[in-house]
Amino acid sequence: MSLRSPIGRVLGLGAAKEGVEHWWMQRVTAVGLVLLGVWFLVSLLRFDDLSYALVTAWLEKPTNAVLMILLVATAAYHSKLGVQVVVEDYIANKGVKIAVMVLLNFVHVALAALGIFAVLRIAFGAGA
Amino acid sequence: MNTTTKHPRPLSPFMHYRWQYSNTLSILHRISGLGLAAAGLVLLIYWLVAAASGEEAYARAQEVFASPVVTVLLFLVSLAFFYHMLNGIRHLVWDTGRGLERQTARKSGWAVFISAILLTLILWLVIGGAA
Repeated sequence: MSLRSPIGRVLGLGAAKEGVEHWWMQRVTAVGLVLLGVWFLVSLLRFDDLSYALVTAWLEKPTNAVLMILLVATAAYHSKLGVQVVVEDYIANKGVKIAVMVLLNFVHVALAALGIFAVLRIAFGAGA
Repeated sequence: MNTTTKHPRPLSPFMHYRWQYSNTLSILHRISGLGLAAAGLVLLIYWLVAAASGEEAYARAQEVFASPVVTVLLFLVSLAFFYHMLNGIRHLVWDTGRGLERQTARKSGWAVFISAILLTLILWLVIGGAA
């Protein structure tokens, strides 16, 4: 007879208190990045030149703006997950590990926020 | 010959682990991923922020992107982009339980490695041809 509660059995998380979230989201963002990465590369190649006028006009289109925001967010998320594994593997000191990871989380959120705000500013036509 | 003089006592596996293609491709996946994070993502955000900051800021960014150091960096980022994406797809296929046989994994490894280099060269030939 098991001493585990029915809810514990259903959740199946065990003593670690977390499941396959990191592993799964790394894969989901990877698939997203294949699609968004190819879109971005093809888009760049279709430019006559990467001048200010052409680039901002391109980012003003709703589809391009939304896809660019998705690219920035997905890339930052995937990067955070990947860098986290490297930090966990190579930094042995627990205190340093936590400090570095918190710092890298700040950097990733800041980069994503900057990128998304920049795209919105161009798309809403508030660019200087 | 007498191997006991070469390894008089048992060693940890990592001390005489043979360097081979599988761990080379694995560490390249890590290095390319870190490169894409540190250079690719940062340059993308820099480009977007410059475009959102007006024509003068964008012109300054264009000078930065045209500099020799950043051009080399962009070349490496494109190589990392193709390698990390193709090898990432290889990992996704492995996650379904397919392609793990020794011969298949070796073939897909070489295919990824060579394709990444070829795609990078084609990309820069296209860019060079347009410029």
